[in-house]
Amino acid sequence: MTDAILAALLQLVLLLAIAPLVSGFIKKLKAFFQSRRGPGLLQPYRDLHKLLRKGMVIPNTSSWLFSATPYLVFVTALLAGLMIPMVSAEAPLGLFGGVLAVVYLLGLGRFVTALAGLDTGSSFGGLGSSREMTIAALAEPAMMLAIFTVAIGANSTSLSELVRVAIAQEWRFLAPSQMLAFAALFLVVIAETGRIPVDNPATHLELTMIHEAMILEYSGPYLALIEWGGAVKQLLLMTLLINCFWPFGLQAGWSVPGVLISLAWLLLKLTALSCAIVLVETTNAKMRLFRVPEMLAVAFTLGALALASTFLF
Amino acid sequence: MPAVDLLFNAGLIAYLAGSAAGLIAIRRPALARCLTFGMALIGALFHAVASAMAIAKGSTTIWSLPSGVPLFTWSVRLDPMAAYFCLALGILGVAVSIFSFDYVREWQGRRNIGVLGFFYNLLLLSLALVFTASNVFFFLVAWEVMALVAYCLVSFEHEKEETRKAGILFLIMSHAGTGFLIVAFLLLAVASGGNLDFSSFHRLASQLPPWNQGAIFVLFFLGFGVKAGVIPLHVWLPAAHTVAPSNVSALMSGIVLKAGIYGMARVFFDFFDVPPLWAGIVVLSIGVISALLGVLYALMENDLKRLLAYSSIENIGIILIGFGAAMMFRSLGYPNFAAIALIAGLYHTLNHAIFKSLLFLGAGSVLHATHTRNMEQMGGLIRKMPATSFCFLIGAVAISGLPPLNGFVSEWLTYQALLAGFGTTTSLTRVMFPLSGALLALTAALAAACFVKAFGITFLALPRSEAAGTAQEVSGSMKTGMAILATGCAVLGLGASWLVPFLDPITEQAVGAHLSTAFVTGNGFVMSAGAARSGTVSTAAIAALLVLLSIVPALLWLLWGRKSVRSTGPVWDCGLPGLTADNEYTATAFSKPLRMIFSALYRPRRAIEAVFDVSPYYPKAIHFESEIEPAFEKRLYDPIKESILALASRMRAVQAGSIHAYLAYIFITLIVLLLFGARG
Repeated sequence: MTDAILAALLQLVLLLAIAPLVSGFIKKLKAFFQSRRGPGLLQPYRDLHKLLRKGMVIPNTSSWLFSATPYLVFVTALLAGLMIPMVSAEAPLGLFGGVLAVVYLLGLGRFVTALAGLDTGSSFGGLGSSREMTIAALAEPAMMLAIFTVAIGANSTSLSELVRVAIAQEWRFLAPSQMLAFAALFLVVIAETGRIPVDNPATHLELTMIHEAMILEYSGPYLALIEWGGAVKQLLLMTLLINCFWPFGLQAGWSVPGVLISLAWLLLKLTALSCAIVLVETTNAKMRLFRVPEMLAVAFTLGALALASTFLF
Repeated sequence: MPAVDLLFNAGLIAYLAGSAAGLIAIRRPALARCLTFGMALIGALFHAVASAMAIAKGSTTIWSLPSGVPLFTWSVRLDPMAAYFCLALGILGVAVSIFSFDYVREWQGRRNIGVLGFFYNLLLLSLALVFTASNVFFFLVAWEVMALVAYCLVSFEHEKEETRKAGILFLIMSHAGTGFLIVAFLLLAVASGGNLDFSSFHRLASQLPPWNQGAIFVLFFLGFGVKAGVIPLHVWLPAAHTVAPSNVSALMSGIVLKAGIYGMARVFFDFFDVPPLWAGIVVLSIGVISALLGVLYALMENDLKRLLAYSSIENIGIILIGFGAAMMFRSLGYPNFAAIALIAGLYHTLNHAIFKSLLFLGAGSVLHATHTRNMEQMGGLIRKMPATSFCFLIGAVAISGLPPLNGFVSEWLTYQALLAGFGTTTSLTRVMFPLSGALLALTAALAAACFVKAFGITFLALPRSEAAGTAQEVSGSMKTGMAILATGCAVLGLGASWLVPFLDPITEQAVGAHLSTAFVTGNGFVMSAGAARSGTVSTAAIAALLVLLSIVPALLWLLWGRKSVRSTGPVWDCGLPGLTADNEYTATAFSKPLRMIFSALYRPRRAIEAVFDVSPYYPKAIHFESEIEPAFEKRLYDPIKESILALASRMRAVQAGSIHAYLAYIFITLIVLLLFGARG
């Protein structure tokens, strides 16, 4: 019992600590690719620290939902993060929910964010909510097909079980079904984390923003919670992708050396995945909104192909 | 007499007394209101307790009265499956009756409340009998009474053309459905050797030749499908649910649709033993189609009650996904998986009954306060009506399938059943399971978008009309009715791992498998899908952890945030003088991206006309019109309607009005009958 609580606390600290670093690393790397110097790796921490101390302005048109949303976004992301295997094949709170719970908890965060966007009464908020819910809806079937493909292999929706099966079959990630599912999930993660070519996290240009438009009226500690929650969500989706498809190096139990080895591998793989994301971001232009469904249709097709190819192997 | 039947009969008598009171006190509206809804409340309470006891004991109680008419007995059988639907009826009856006390008060002196109370009680009575009748004729009588009473309730505000049309459409489709049912029951009765009791139909259908099995399945599916509102038999549903008084809409969506679901459950899992595989595939496919199209049409609605009505079609689809999967598992020989899928469908039945009634009561409160159903005229109600908006939010989160409320539990179970399905067969049909799962995910995500729209546009930001600006919170009994159902959403969600094992007697009766031990792990705190390995979830733990984890933001605030100054200010208005409701996103705008993406389905039409003096760049007024094509009405029902009318006008030639011709018809008939008689 105490071990489980310690494991959960450790993962909680890791999630909170690593998430801004990953965001900072992606920004830095992107700047490098674009021949800029870019902000330092630790800039996201400084931003969060600054935001937490700053004053905030609450729109006079909004209701209690506007104030409740940052907590819910932050807390749902953390809880979802504790349900995934991160530095051990054992997810600390895996008993309380598997991959479906993770997806739906993130859905809860999105639901309240979209409501908060509408709550401000400005057209930007509504615009963001409408687009975010649309894109999320279209990403969902692709994600579920890919998840089903992986889950069918393990015959389980428990993430610990999925990872255990992935570890047991060392070269499984080379199977066509797994590779196709990975490609589908990668596209979905790009859409879900609001990166180019779906959304641009660095812009406040009214025509192109989606996620930023919803949270436009947030400031101070509330904005810090939303940003941090968003970083945790990005980290947990990336970790999920990594540990379900390339679990090598991930240790089974919760021993100290095991966790350290797993953590080292995780950081290495996060670096690689960040590079891939940055590569996509720098080589692509932001898509028109109505091209996004086409990209997600590709993801859906990949998921369907992944499923079909489980027949072959 | 044991306690269960005593309570159940007392409930029936209370409904009867309530409807009689409505007629007696027809000239005293205040008295009629208290008596009718009071008796309905008592009856519903009795039924809720009686059916909860029946489910907990897992027993079947039978009692019957002779009627004096051959083949017709008043036989009532409260088996676990019937009790489950009666429980839903009881819970809804309690909440909706309490809500109605204050809801109908504003009609006092303007409308006939005695008549409303009379029909309201009769509806509850006929529903209770539909769920428990055990004789074919008795069932059909209860079924018809239910349809007629529902018609009368739908047409309550009959001075409006829209209402009358919706009522007639409902009546016609309902009767067409009953026609299918009668034929199906006759086929079964022939097979049972003329015994009309449901107990003689138990597992009977599966012993018939394949063609008869197919005919019985199709006829029952069509007949009950009309009542349940599955696509493409749904066209009456959005019309009727919208125009009915909101307390009636809550019952219609919550439980009258479930009468169709009850019928299907009775046929597929009681009359059939192992249904043919293709039947399961049909139910699953129709379920997926209903779910997806239902939510897609719901998204396009700006009429709050119509939106909810279309969303009912979606949820009926989700229920049928569970049922279809359960039937397929029966055919493929996996009773344990069938039990999971059946539980998923049944749990969603109860969940949908509760959150959809809650949402309809919420919509009724909004209608009561603003006198409009058009969401474009609402907004800002969260400040004027805090309790209503909170209850509506609970319903919206639950129906979107988000944790930790009850919608999530049944969707989780449905996913687990579909996932398990892939391993049950090696033929190509197994691809259906994950594909259905993916489309269910799309449906759920679209439902979330739909309810962000419904809640966000109705309750948040600034009021879009004067009526919304001056709206007032509804009074005590209406709030209580909604609060009961909102609590129900939380209890069914958080308590799922304790409550679902109570469904054991039903799965035992229906598919011959019970899961209680395999279903729960972790000291009864965690729900698993048949085996702990295959995935677990605990809504109670999720809720507790969401609360517990708020320590983290609290710590952050203690460490750094305490100095943060909080002030309120106006939202940036793009440089215009002050933010007004005109700046807000509208309901139409919210669903615009999806309207464009799915334009192949919607075939939207829009017209923009600008009135200008000098230059088109400076319009004085802009008229915007947008509509989507009602595909089923136009492509399926209009041709049917036209061909019936054409046939009727041809038939007119036979009825020439000439007495000679009629005499000739009689003569010919006589000769034909004589020939027929002579041959026999």
